[in-house]
Amino acid sequence: MSDVKTASANVIEKPKFKDQYENFIGGKWTSPIKGQYFENVSPVDGANFTKIPRSTAEDIEKAIDAAWAAAPEWNNSAAAYRSNLLLKIADVMEQNLEALARAETWDNGKAIRETMAADLPLAVDHFRYFAGVIRAEEGSVSELDSNTVCLNVTEPLGVVGQIIPWNFPILMATWKLAPALAAGNCVVLKPAEQTPVGILILMELIEDILPAGVLNIVNGFGAEAGKPLASSSRINKIAFTGETTTGQLIMQYASKNITPVTLELGGKSPNVFFESVMDADDEFFDKCLEGATMFALNQGEVCTCPSRLLVQESIFDAFVERVVERTKAIKLGHPLSPDTMMGAQASNDQYEKILNYIKIGKEEGAEVLCGGGAAYNEGLEGGYYIQPTILKGNNKMRVFQEEIFGPVLCVTSFKDEADAIEVANDTLYGLGAGVWTRDTHQAYQISRAIKAGRIWVNNYHNYPAHAPFGGYKKSGIGRENHKMMLAHYRHTKNMLISYDKKAMGFF
Amino acid sequence: MTERVEVTEAAKQIIDQLREEHGELMFHQSGGCCDGSSPMCFPKGDLMINETDVYLGTIHGCEFFMSKDQFEYWKHTQLTVDITSGRGSSFSLEIPLGIRFVIKSRLYSEEEAKDLSPTRSGEN
Repeated sequence: MSDVKTASANVIEKPKFKDQYENFIGGKWTSPIKGQYFENVSPVDGANFTKIPRSTAEDIEKAIDAAWAAAPEWNNSAAAYRSNLLLKIADVMEQNLEALARAETWDNGKAIRETMAADLPLAVDHFRYFAGVIRAEEGSVSELDSNTVCLNVTEPLGVVGQIIPWNFPILMATWKLAPALAAGNCVVLKPAEQTPVGILILMELIEDILPAGVLNIVNGFGAEAGKPLASSSRINKIAFTGETTTGQLIMQYASKNITPVTLELGGKSPNVFFESVMDADDEFFDKCLEGATMFALNQGEVCTCPSRLLVQESIFDAFVERVVERTKAIKLGHPLSPDTMMGAQASNDQYEKILNYIKIGKEEGAEVLCGGGAAYNEGLEGGYYIQPTILKGNNKMRVFQEEIFGPVLCVTSFKDEADAIEVANDTLYGLGAGVWTRDTHQAYQISRAIKAGRIWVNNYHNYPAHAPFGGYKKSGIGRENHKMMLAHYRHTKNMLISYDKKAMGFF
Repeated sequence: MTERVEVTEAAKQIIDQLREEHGELMFHQSGGCCDGSSPMCFPKGDLMINETDVYLGTIHGCEFFMSKDQFEYWKHTQLTVDITSGRGSSFSLEIPLGIRFVIKSRLYSEEEAKDLSPTRSGEN
């Protein structure tokens, strides 16, 4: 433990939780068939606060049964009907925004100002976005010749499986749920085992909105509940956010049934600053400094954490000095205190992993510019707190290549545009990147040259609905957060219609 | 000769416990988001291993693999599989026990780097 102390006043009251939660299957709160539960720990103080079902293949089967029972009606329901239900979900979430934000903070450890200003408002908007999209979109028709018409109608896949990560539990569940439900699918969803509670409280609030069996939530561990879901021959698609080995395993299970998959598997995102950003110490430069410090958002537990800071040689020392200054101003504290900027890491193993990375970074010769160890929150001694840390080194170091998933920024320099592109692309991943410059030509050319699915130009960490999000290279398959995700949740039925009365003449 | 992967006594005990329940086991080092950069323990054969993987060694009777491209960035460090308390996610078998395999790393000395245990392609 570090002696860096943080303290917070004005802590919002800890939310009240039930002693035990259940699975939600077929419209009913249902105990796991084997009757087993596991303890759920809050990263805020390291203490158990409720029990969660430890489900097995039998519970997954039951949920898939319930989903298929609801499918004939839901799969064929009117878009207007589904759209209105999604709007109702959004309204209920908005009316209960603070309660959900507090629960999410206690479950995940992130600062309340982020759950209040980002996680929940984005989730609300996401349901509304897909509710709107399905009212306005349409299939397509083309006349191939004067007697032949091609009609494209979309149809839902049927029943789909979804495995949710723990870094933005409600928001990531929403990114998957909203398009799946909008497209007319029934869903079996497994929350992450570290952070199931926010999703279960959301389900309690919306349980009467959707018809029974349309949305089923089964809790449990990956090997015991995730595997039977991903391997089931009775789901028509599996969606997963997580890491590469599990992603590979899920594709492998899905391949047995030719089940389509979408995957979001993380990255090691470069945040590239060109010399023109320092042409003036103005409002835009202030935005640049904030952009470089965005690595600390959500304690660095973001798939697109801008964890590699690439700065042009000519401004390197001056720019990095300002970033260090900005980083030192990050206020750690009680996650439920509204002025806390950075909360707790989500679990003890993450906390240990991050500290191990800081250690290997130092061993590889990286220089610690600030932070470099654990932090301590008075009264929360069991919680998992780490100081925002900046390491200076080179792109071949392991800390520059692996997603630490913590508040650790790795800084290096580049000479010119060619060098910037080479270093930015020297990674196995390609999810996000930042490009900062006052030169619009440079902004366009560099953005096109970086191999990543999302390039933030002169901004970072914005996730509005209608901006597609997904990865190149090992970062995954699919584009969430946009209407194009609907295509991953449905079939195209092509009707090829002939208005010609004459035979073709072959037989 | 210096081994590329080592294992702590605490991790060995967990491997024994898991082996009793699941039979022979394997390890694969993950990368990427969330629980990435952590070692995954599966029943032997559960994850398909082929020419895109590198075999780094055997720890307490379990073969340890990593993706070939990832190994390029990791090969100058010795890995030790240890155990820590905490609720990880993923399909790794120890997670229901409320513990997680973790990797501790160190650089090889110049002397050690000259004589490291051999690797081979995963397809063999």
